[in-house]
Amino acid sequence: MSKLKLAIGLGSTCSGCDIAILDIAERVLELVDLADIVFWPTAMDFKLSDLEKFGEGEIDLALYHGTVRTSEQEHIAHLLREKSKAVLAFGSCACFGGIPGLCNLTSRDEIFRTVYKETPSTDNPDFVTPQTEVEVGKFKLTLPELYDEGKALTQVIDVDYFLPGCPPPVELIEKLIPVLRGMQAGELPPKGTVIASEKTVCDECPLRKENKMIDRVARVHEIIPDPERCLLEQGILCMGPATRGGCGARCTKALMPCRGCMGPPPGVKDQGARMISAIASILGVEEEGQMSEEEVARIIDGIKDPVGNFYRFTLPTALLNRKVR
Amino acid sequence: MAEFEPKIIGFCCNWCAYAGADLAGISRLQYPPNLRIIRVMCSGSVDPEHILQAFRMGADGVFIGGCHPGDCHYISGNYKTMRKVMLLKKLLPQLGLEPERLRLEWISAAEGARFAQVITEFTEQIKKLGPNPWKGAGR
Ligand code: SF4
Ligand code: SF4
Ligand code: SF4
Ligand code: FES
Repeated sequence: MSKLKLAIGLGSTCSGCDIAILDIAERVLELVDLADIVFWPTAMDFKLSDLEKFGEGEIDLALYHGTVRTSEQEHIAHLLREKSKAVLAFGSCACFGGIPGLCNLTSRDEIFRTVYKETPSTDNPDFVTPQTEVEVGKFKLTLPELYDEGKALTQVIDVDYFLPGCPPPVELIEKLIPVLRGMQAGELPPKGTVIASEKTVCDECPLRKENKMIDRVARVHEIIPDPERCLLEQGILCMGPATRGGCGARCTKALMPCRGCMGPPPGVKDQGARMISAIASILGVEEEGQMSEEEVARIIDGIKDPVGNFYRFTLPTALLNRKVR
Repeated sequence: MAEFEPKIIGFCCNWCAYAGADLAGISRLQYPPNLRIIRVMCSGSVDPEHILQAFRMGADGVFIGGCHPGDCHYISGNYKTMRKVMLLKKLLPQLGLEPERLRLEWISAAEGARFAQVITEFTEQIKKLGPNPWKGAGR
């Protein structure tokens, strides 16, 4: 059977996703047995021209990790789409916008002002900021444009498959191997397939739920949790009920709350909205008749940063996906 | 320029606020026509997604009417609603929306006059706040 062609492109990435691919250890050998890696700038010396030389649909599968935030990243996404039969959003940044997507709470101008003007160590009286084009003698130098907004890959190109996680867990990345094998035989997974679980993190979590209500919200450093019991029911904001499973609840198994990196569960559009419902149903309910609004407000005051807590990985794909001004 | 006429989406519980609105109508009480009512079986069935979706689609205000504490026909739907609304009010400003655009009130089936008064007040308040800054910006 002929070998497949695999491309790995990137946007605003921390490269944790690249490392995660290598984390599949010796199974990388199976991967390269099945497919030639024709583009992977992080790992090898690839240039855009290496990608441009391919014909339409000539690459079998393209993975893209990172948020789309610059004109160059957008260009890479479009190129990968044009050259590939199938595109997979790899990692939470590409799937939902990810942590870099929290940039939607600010703007390019604000960022430039802070970075190139206001920080105490900056000495830039003319407020020189990055320009997309500048003439130096007879040369024209260019830089990609930084956009005001970070986007998930779906907001830029048509995406076929999703492999969430920040970074995606090794057990899920390994599932790409049978997928590639199928592709070799001409069988593609149905469009829209999410390589993860159809349930929530809570369904995979070994901690015990007792249907207890909470009367305070604690941050991880403020309490020593009972190692057997559900963290949310001990007042620690755990995104488990609002998060798709597939990671095996790797954080709560280490007694750290789920941060929600696998994104919303199937059928849920807005992860934060789901989490708000989940919290609303466990806040101090036992004596809810006697509970005053002030009391509820006091508990809720323990949640210092709702956007950061509930949309840490999904702001660009949330219903209200940026700060309006 | 014509005066700003806000669009307000109102989720009204079938057993109380919706009946209250009905009573206001039957009693021919006047209140501004800016409210578009969506009848729900219980205020507790209003998902935060519905509220965010309304704002995304350009609603200038979202009103939720539920039964008085202790009166919810599904026992505790209204308490959950109160907590959802309080959480959302904390979230909205981070996204640039004034929390006053979201309002929860307990209104019984007998309180037609109060329904009319609350909606009049809320409409005035939204007029002062101006159009939803999200309008036309949804991407
Ligand atoms: S999903 Fe996580 S690991 Fe992957 S690029 Fe984004 S931030 Fe890094
Ligand atoms: S809320 Fe968190 S700790 Fe509790 S069961 Fe779900 S995943 Fe586990
Ligand atoms: S437990 Fe939550 S934060 Fe941790 S890997 Fe799973 S989904 Fe991500
Ligand atoms: S039935 Fe009216 S609020 Fe629940």
